[in-house]
This record gives sequence, structure tokens and C-alpha cells, in this order.
Amino acid sequence: MIHSRNLPFVTTLGIFVIAYALCVLQFPNMFSTRVVGNLLTDNAFLGIAAVGMTFVILSGGIDLSIGSMIAFASVFVAVMVNSLGVHPLIAFAAVLVISTIFGSLMGAMIRYLGIPPFVVTLAGMFLARGAAYLISTQSVPISHEMIDAIQGFYFRFPGGGRLTALAILMLAVFIVGAFVAGRTRFGANVYAIGGNQQSAELMGVPVGSTTIGIYALSGFLSGLAGIAYTLYTSSGYSLATVGVELDAIAAVVIGGTLLTGGVGLVAGTFVGILIQGLIQTYIVFDGTLSSWWTKIVIGVLLFVFIVLQRAIIWYSNRKLAESRLREV
Amino acid sequence: MSDKTSLLDARGIGKSFLGIMALDGVDFTLARGEIHALLGENGAGKSTLIKILTGVYTRDRGTVALDGEDVTPANVAEAQALGIGTVYQEVNLLENLTVAENLYLGRQPRKFGLIDRREMRRRSEALLSRYGLSIDVDALLSSYSVAIRQIVAIARAVDLSGKVLVLDEPTASLDSHEVEMLFSVLRRLREEGLGIIIITHFLNQVYAVADRVTVLRNGRLVGTKKLAELPRLELISMMLGRELQHITREHQAEAETIAPTAEAPIRFAGYGKRGSVAPFDLSVRPGEVVGIAGLLGSGRTETAFLLFGIDRADSGTATIDNKEIALSSPEAAISNGFGFCPEERKTDGIIGDFSVADNIALALQARQGWSKPISSREKAQLAESFIKSLDIRPPDANRPIKFLSGGNQQKAILARWLATNPRLLILDEPTRGIDIGAHAEILKMIERLCAEGMSLVVISSELEELTAVAHRVIVLSDRRHVAELSGDQLTADNIMQAIASSARLEAAE
Repeated sequence: MIHSRNLPFVTTLGIFVIAYALCVLQFPNMFSTRVVGNLLTDNAFLGIAAVGMTFVILSGGIDLSIGSMIAFASVFVAVMVNSLGVHPLIAFAAVLVISTIFGSLMGAMIRYLGIPPFVVTLAGMFLARGAAYLISTQSVPISHEMIDAIQGFYFRFPGGGRLTALAILMLAVFIVGAFVAGRTRFGANVYAIGGNQQSAELMGVPVGSTTIGIYALSGFLSGLAGIAYTLYTSSGYSLATVGVELDAIAAVVIGGTLLTGGVGLVAGTFVGILIQGLIQTYIVFDGTLSSWWTKIVIGVLLFVFIVLQRAIIWYSNRKLAESRLREV
Repeated sequence: MSDKTSLLDARGIGKSFLGIMALDGVDFTLARGEIHALLGENGAGKSTLIKILTGVYTRDRGTVALDGEDVTPANVAEAQALGIGTVYQEVNLLENLTVAENLYLGRQPRKFGLIDRREMRRRSEALLSRYGLSIDVDALLSSYSVAIRQIVAIARAVDLSGKVLVLDEPTASLDSHEVEMLFSVLRRLREEGLGIIIITHFLNQVYAVADRVTVLRNGRLVGTKKLAELPRLELISMMLGRELQHITREHQAEAETIAPTAEAPIRFAGYGKRGSVAPFDLSVRPGEVVGIAGLLGSGRTETAFLLFGIDRADSGTATIDNKEIALSSPEAAISNGFGFCPEERKTDGIIGDFSVADNIALALQARQGWSKPISSREKAQLAESFIKSLDIRPPDANRPIKFLSGGNQQKAILARWLATNPRLLILDEPTRGIDIGAHAEILKMIERLCAEGMSLVVISSELEELTAVAHRVIVLSDRRHVAELSGDQLTADNIMQAIASSARLEAAE
């Protein structure tokens, strides 16, 4: 039986399968490991960031700083490696520490100063973007033998597709993310806070440390997404990834996570990413459509999903009221 | 009830918020294997006491001993660890999680660091079976009825803490069958030696399940009594704060209901709403003050909500001047010449950041419609005249109303309605939380308004106040209008008698 709380996820999965089938009907070449491999690689950085966003939204919050943080991380790494000659691993570690601290500070402000997440992370968005400009306003190319090695690494699928290091990283993040959300106490606390923060607090959930942990995780994953983006583009650029946080939110919501928090799955976000990637791929295959159609389709899908979520809530409330009436 | 040693012993508990005393030197003891009811009107300090015991608030003064050892829980988790668990009425468990997830939130069984869902399910089923529940623990909590959720919450609290169980109005939204189910669970827990504190405002339930009762009033302890030795009337007088001077033997209130009189221009006949207030008749003449009395939760405020169209009646008719009217919304009520000063002044009455003048002009503006704005000059004149006539202090029409004292805020809200020159003004607890001087002024104003021919409905838990200002008093109990008193019958004793006798009647049923 499908629980009503998993209905959005199942719906998303259904939409993806049907949409993919339709695409393949029109362009049989889309049914290939090559397309799948590219889709995963192209969306790796977005997917990694979207996992962080999933936790944030599950807890009933929002993180607008993600796109800026990715740009900051990519510029930071590029400048460290290219201009300062730091080993990439050290640069990676440094940027992950910075982004994690940045995220935890935002979480602490949200929790202890009682400022809405929207406002705190909006400030964080400007801060991170400004810091990125401060480092460099130019696109900084990056080249290092280790980075070349990572970029060149892949598993070959039958059929010529490549599972790149970036794709593997994203899949690993999704798998770990799903475990953290579904099978750890931290994950359970995230759902609890998203369900009702006051109740969660009264039930003894450590709301403070969990909130900080959520935003720290989102910060960490933004940093990681920034590293992935650097590897993907072989450069760091402070003007890049503007608005990526909104793509991430879209992926989370299309994946069936309730924007009000408490309900959703990390796996759903993965499907959300796939749907976005699928639309882009379709536009490439078609060749005549403008890339703006991606935005339009995603806009429509978002509307559909928000309405669907409303309908589910309305329906389950009504069913509950009915069952209570019957008991009386 | 063999082992009656004191389990929880609180002495001289004091707590104030922003200089306002919420609890003042309250003593409270709970024995092992006892169900102890905690009673009091709104603002008596019940919730504050409970929140201190359960670690939500920290006390300013006093000591709390659990099993003879001093404890000061700093938060809910600490109180739980000490053995004090709480089940709240509304904010309780998490509806977006499954039953098992709710039961084991924060203490999930783990295997290799990951939550062991199978083990969690097994333990949940075992735990609930002890309460006679066999349900699908992997279903969302929201798919179950309130009664089952309540038992799940109790199971969690007892499993977590195991010494003291605090229940904050656990029966407020349960039907009688569900209440019985809950009580049998409580009685079993009592047998196991748990100390249970129950907050409720249903007196019948207090007598049905509790061993002792502690009554608080205005942050002070009124007394702790064994229920077996406490007549209902005495309990009610403890709650309402009036010493019984003459407990006359059979001075039963003549509870008679007056049919809506023909000459009264405002009449409600068979007016009611299922689950809120049973159908009642009410008529108000010009220049008459009708009082509404009853304990907390008896349907006082619900009656006001019906009269003012905040809740829609599902039976009966409302007529003005023999014309039937539909009170489908407060807007409709206002256009029919009604006004309403709500009980929760801070949240439902004032708009804190608006100036006094804006707050006063609000109802008049609503009545005129938004297309005809009141000019700022008119507004200022309006405010000036009311500030003068009602003596609102400080006399500054532009000051945000949140900076005024409670009594002056109340006057401004009265002014808001007086500006619309209403035919019927409903006042819900008009004197709660205001100082004595303003108290007297507001009572005087009520008298003046009715002398001018206005009709008033005044809801109050202060019986002295009601008997002083009202011409007739309607007594409510368990969401029904049970008696109407007027003339010589109208005394505080008779009101309490009416409440007590109706409660007795209920118990006999």
C-alpha cells in the first residue's frame, strides 16, 4: 500500500518514467547509457547541493545561500590551486571547512536569534557572493595533474556511456543522504522539527544542535557542490551558478518534499534532478527549442506539484475528519 | 493506594513574567499511586506550575523534590530523564511521523549506528499491547483518532519517565467513550504506582478518576483536598474564589428558563452549534445587562462566538425587531449593530502597533466599508472625544496601543465599539487582568451604557461582578445553558448551586 505521505514521490517517479518513455518514443537515441551518463555528470553539482536543500526543506527551512556558496567555493579552489599553488586536496578540505562553518553560523543565527531562515540565508547569499567577487572577478582556469586525473576518471557502461567521478560523487551523496535522513537519529530529528518544532522540542528533540547541523550539512554540501562545479568546468568563476539554489528548491519540491517541512524523501530529490536533466536533454535532442523551455516546463511542474501537495493534505484531512465522525 | 509516600513535593513555588506574578508561593504534593487533579480558571497558574515541574520554565523561588531529592530540570529532556513525563493537549506528538517513530523519537533502537526499524516496530507493538492497543505502528500518527494518539502519547511519556505523568487537558476533544478508555488506562497506571497529575475543567471527570484535587486561583494555592471528602459545591466555590457564607440546606436555585419574551427586540431561539454549545434561547431588551456565568470550558466564550457570528450556528434563528437575520460572520454581526470585546485582548482585541486612534476607528471603518475611509481629522476627533469621556491614559491618541496598560487598552476597545453605537455589545471577561481602579470604571461604564438603552451581554468568571451589574444571569455548565436567574434569585450562591446541581445531574445520568 502506498502511504499518502509517499504519494508525491510515487507521482514524481511516475511522471519521470512516462516523460522518459515519451522522449524515447520520439528520439530512440535518448534510451542510451551515454545520455544517462551525461545527464548524471551535467547535474552532479546541482544534485549534491539539492541533497543539502532537501534536509533544510524537510526541517521547514530554506537555504538561499547555496548558489553563492558554490561560486565562492569554485573561485576559492581555483585561486588556491592556480595562483597560490596549493595542493587541490588541501584546497578542497579548506573550502569544505569554510562552507561548513558558514552553514553552522547561519543555523545558529536562525535558532538562537530567532531570525527566519529566509532572511538569514538571504544575507548569507550576498555575503558568499561578495566574498567570491573579493577573491576574483575573473574566470580563473584551474589545472593540476590530480584534477586532470579526477576529470579523466570514469567507468565505461556497456553502450559507450561514462559514469564519471562527478556522477559517482553525486550518487554517493544521494545514497549517504538517504541513509542519514531515513536511518539515523539526526534524520528523524529533522523530520520531527519539520513536522512541528514546538512538539519536537517538547518531545526532547535537541532542536538547537539539529538546526545547526542541518545548515552545516547544507553548507558542507554547497562547498562540495562548488568543488564538483570546479571539476566540471575546469575553472572557478564568481559570477557563475546564480540562482542555483532555486533550481535545487525546484528539484526538492518536484521530488515530492513538502515545502512546509516534515514530509519528503531524499530519493525524491534525485528524481527531481533527473526530471530537470531530462527536460534539458530533450531540448538538446530537439535542437529547435530554446533553452528557456526548461524553465517553463519546470515552472509548470512546480505548479502542478504544489497543487498536488495541497490536494493531498486536503484529502487526508477530510478522510481523517470522516473517520472521526464515524467513530463518534 | 497502599503506598502513599510523597513522590513529588513542590514547596513555595514562585514565578513571575515581566514583573507579573504568575505563581506565588504554591505548594503541591503528589503521592505514589495517586491521580491528582489540578484545577483553576484561566490565568490561575496551572500551566505555569506544570511547566515548572516539567522543565519548560525555571522557577524563581521554591523547591521541588522528587523521591526526596531536590531537582531543577532545565529542560523537557532533563525532566524526562528524572522521571517526569508530560502529555499536552494540543502540541503533542508529530502527525507527520509514524506511530513507532513517535514512540521512539530520540531513543530509536540502533544497529551498526543506523536505526533498526524492525526492532523499533517490534518494541512499539509490545509497548502498545500493554495498553490494549493493537494497531499498525508503521502507519502515520495522523491516520488515528485523537484518543489513540493520546494513548500513544501516554505510552511514550510513561515509557520514557515512569514516575510522574502530567496530563494537560487530555480529554478536551474526546467523546465519553474515549474518555472512559483513557481513564481505564490511567487507573491501571495508578495501580502500577505512577503519580499522575491531570489538568481538566470537567468536574465530573475529576470526581470520576482523581483521588485528590489542588485548586489554584490567581497564582495562589487555594487548597488541596481529598475528593471523597469534598462536596461539589465547595470545590466550585474554591475555584470561583468565593467563600460560602450561607450553605443553606436546600436552597436550590429555581432554575427556570424564560422563553424569549415578545417585547425583546433581539432574540435568539434554539440557537446552537453541535460540539460547541447546545441550543439555547436568549433575548435581550434595550437597557438590559444579561450576564453569562459558568466554569472554564462550560461554553461561555463559545456562546459569545455564536452571538457575534465568529462561529456559525447550525440550529435556531436570530431575530432583530421580528426580522430574521443571518449572523454568518462578524461582519454581518457588525452591520446588524453588534459589538464584541473578546476575552483575549492582546491577541484578538488590540492591534498592538496601531495607534490608539486607529484602534478606536477600526470597527466604525469596518462598518462604513473600506471604500469610505474615515479622514484623519474625523479619526482624531473620535479618538479625542473617547479619550476624554472614558479617561484613557495617557491621553495621547497617536501612541501605539501596546504601550498602554491593560485597563486602558480595554477602554480603547470599548471605545472602538461605542463609536459604532451598537445595539448589542458582548463583553467577554471585560475586567480580566486590569487593575482595580479601571475595573470599577468599566463596571460603571457598563451601567451607564445600559442606562442609555444599550443591550449588553457580559461574560465573567467573577460572580460578584455579574451579580452587581447584570439584570439576569444565564448559567452554563458542560456547554449547556442550565439556568437563568434574575431578581432576588440572582446571588453568587445560587449561581454556584446551579452549576453544582447540573454537574450532579450529569453524573447521575
